[in-house]
Amino acid sequence: MLVEFGHFTLLLALIVSLVQTTVPLYGAYKGYGPWMAIARPAAVLQLILLSVSFSILMYAFVVSDFSVALVVKNSHTLKPMLYKITGVWGNHEGSMLLWCLILALFGALVALFGRHLPTTFIARVLGVQGSIGVAFLSFLIFTSNPFLRLQFPPFDGTGLNPMLQDPGLAFHPPFLYFGYVGLSTTFSFAVAALLEGRVNAAWGRWVRPWTLLAWLNLTVGIALGSWWAYYELGWGGFWFWDPVENASFMPWLISAALLHSAIVVEKREVLKVWTILLAILAFGFSLIGTFIVRSGVLTSVHAFANDPERGVYLLGIAGFFIGGALILFSIRAGTLKANGAFAFVSRESALILNNVLLAVSAFVVFIGTIWPLIAEMAFGRTLSVGPPFFDASFTPFMIGLAVILPIGSILPWKRAKLGRTAILAWPAFLLAALLAMFVWSIGSDRSLLAPIGTALGSWLIFGSLADLISRTGRGSAAARLRRLTRLPRADFGKAVSHAGFGVTTLGVALLLAWQVEVIRVANIGETFKLGDYDVTMESVQRIDGPNYVGEGANMRVERDGELVANLFPEKRFYPVAGTPTTEAAIRNGVFADIYVVLGDKQDAGGWAVRAHIKPFANWIWVGAILMAFGGVLSLSDRRVRITAGARKSTQAVAAQT
Amino acid sequence: MARRQIPWLTLMPPIIFAGFVGIFFSGMLKDDQGSLPSAFIGRQAPALELVALGNKPAPSSEDLSAQTIKIVNFWASWCAPCRVEHPILMDLAAEGIPIIGINYKDTPENALEFLAELGDPYTAIGADEAGRNGFSWGVYGIPETFIVNGSGEIIYRFAGPVTQAVLDTKMRKYLDDAATVD
Repeated sequence: MLVEFGHFTLLLALIVSLVQTTVPLYGAYKGYGPWMAIARPAAVLQLILLSVSFSILMYAFVVSDFSVALVVKNSHTLKPMLYKITGVWGNHEGSMLLWCLILALFGALVALFGRHLPTTFIARVLGVQGSIGVAFLSFLIFTSNPFLRLQFPPFDGTGLNPMLQDPGLAFHPPFLYFGYVGLSTTFSFAVAALLEGRVNAAWGRWVRPWTLLAWLNLTVGIALGSWWAYYELGWGGFWFWDPVENASFMPWLISAALLHSAIVVEKREVLKVWTILLAILAFGFSLIGTFIVRSGVLTSVHAFANDPERGVYLLGIAGFFIGGALILFSIRAGTLKANGAFAFVSRESALILNNVLLAVSAFVVFIGTIWPLIAEMAFGRTLSVGPPFFDASFTPFMIGLAVILPIGSILPWKRAKLGRTAILAWPAFLLAALLAMFVWSIGSDRSLLAPIGTALGSWLIFGSLADLISRTGRGSAAARLRRLTRLPRADFGKAVSHAGFGVTTLGVALLLAWQVEVIRVANIGETFKLGDYDVTMESVQRIDGPNYVGEGANMRVERDGELVANLFPEKRFYPVAGTPTTEAAIRNGVFADIYVVLGDKQDAGGWAVRAHIKPFANWIWVGAILMAFGGVLSLSDRRVRITAGARKSTQAVAAQT
Repeated sequence: MARRQIPWLTLMPPIIFAGFVGIFFSGMLKDDQGSLPSAFIGRQAPALELVALGNKPAPSSEDLSAQTIKIVNFWASWCAPCRVEHPILMDLAAEGIPIIGINYKDTPENALEFLAELGDPYTAIGADEAGRNGFSWGVYGIPETFIVNGSGEIIYRFAGPVTQAVLDTKMRKYLDDAATVD
């Protein structure tokens, strides 16, 4: 009964979203106040209905209600409670419901925080947001109903993919969806602005916090996914340029660009057309990503159960929203006029360069991702696009970005003198150069990757420090320190995020340059060398987990005769799903991880063992978390909060323009 | 009226986007995901020119025309989906079906490490470092798997990882059919 009620609230939510779309949009067109006023309660009601629906589905998973087809396919009584709950979104139907729930959440947040936005504008924003809800709710209800009942319920379920039974992955999709779906708000803001035919500084202020919120969730989601791949898949890599990874990376790149260009709109009222385009594209790439992941049009390890019917439907949704918005864009873009002018050397120019680099790199990733499709059509046969393509074509953009970032972040608006900025930035440059030379001297037999990566990474980190210091003005050290503590949080957010980018750059470059790998057969009691370490395989034992069986090896890691760590890599077998997984054992270190994977027992005796030293691996994710934390700092800034609510101050800005 | 004019530059995004939708749509219309129509089906398998990998002999064109059904599998150590299909290949090898492995655009060290770690399902294995064999076989992207019958003709092709479902619903009938014919 409860399950049917969940289905019923889902249908109700669809009806409410239909109302939320049609009534306020028509009301805004005609200027009917009460019609427009429907938008906000409708958005909140939609959130309530979908929360009920989602909670019921979660309840069905928690109590293992095997009359529901989805629970049978994705759960099992023996599964730990945490994974019963996360199993809700570990599948196509449940994750689409989560998608819709988050969409409704953002709609409701805009409704609650946007009380003071102009009436027609908020009605249009919520109307557009509602129309996305209509599309995805009908997709969910008509092609992927999560509440489907079975006539003859089985005694037990068939389990969840064992690889997904992991805390890192459990929280990777919700963050990712928060990011993907959060970008729907920027899309709605952009389309509403095009409908109104007006983009001004106030629009830039409204759209920025939502972009920031979506972007920081995407950052955390991508970092969690990459971290999960590193320790769970047992391949030792952190990024594979898989189509599904790219699907989350493209919106990240575009929203990072949008984040920066919205600042230009807000402060200088230029770059409006471009910013609107980015706002459309950011969500557009989310939609395309959803299509790629769920249609099976590209082969990927992550792919959900593929279904061509769903694929066509999703392509239709993506085509309608992106295509519609882009047509509206080409009709209206000509009416948006820039109000400011700026010199070639200025922060505006630096931010434009930032945008070009980010947008083009996103496009490169896009082309690489869909190349198998294009090439098949154009040449009838294809080449595979592997990591070598992405490494070669994507890296130069990131290097360019890292080179200009510290300078650009210090440059003043409007008109700047490079000389003055250089004076502020030269200590950072000097420190970076010294560090790079140090790295070069300790690893001179190796490639240039380590010193160049070090130079770029430390240039970014020290550059953000220089940026902060430059904000304190002149005077005595004490006065400058006092001013530093009084800087707005957004300034700290900017510096922390930029430094985070530097930390990630350092991690990626040093890991790739300095990793050590040993793959061999080890007998029990045997010791082998891994870089400076000695690894001994002491014993192998059988293990019995709650829903798996397996084997684990006791590995002793020593350095110069001193114990560094005892590691216990495992090979697990999940009988319900019939699949094996490897559990790498990792000793985390600030400067290097030791990473050991147990392979198969060999016929000739002994075990296949893979061991790595992964230098600076954790820096990659720490950097990503810093980037996201910088976003949180900026969001907590009073000035940004006010713009999210768009209270009196923004009204004043709107009046000025 | 100047307002009505649409700058050509702003027309580009929707036009480019329409092109991509077309690409995606025709990609969706491929009736059967993975089993791409191949001009080679029913034809003699292209010749193989491979370098030996490890201490197994390199497969030759004679191996392709041997009197049994056999699987030709293109793989690489850098290819993530290859790891997904690997256990299925091991099962097929255990059934006694000969599997010719073609290591595509890979380095011998990495390839051997891959096999040492996960096991080696291949009866013969050759390295195609330049990807020339992949080209002559019309390989779409790896992993890709072909079934070749006792007279050396390609009878089935699958692009993407061979999962249990793919094996059961698509490949099994070719393996069985050919087995009864032989």
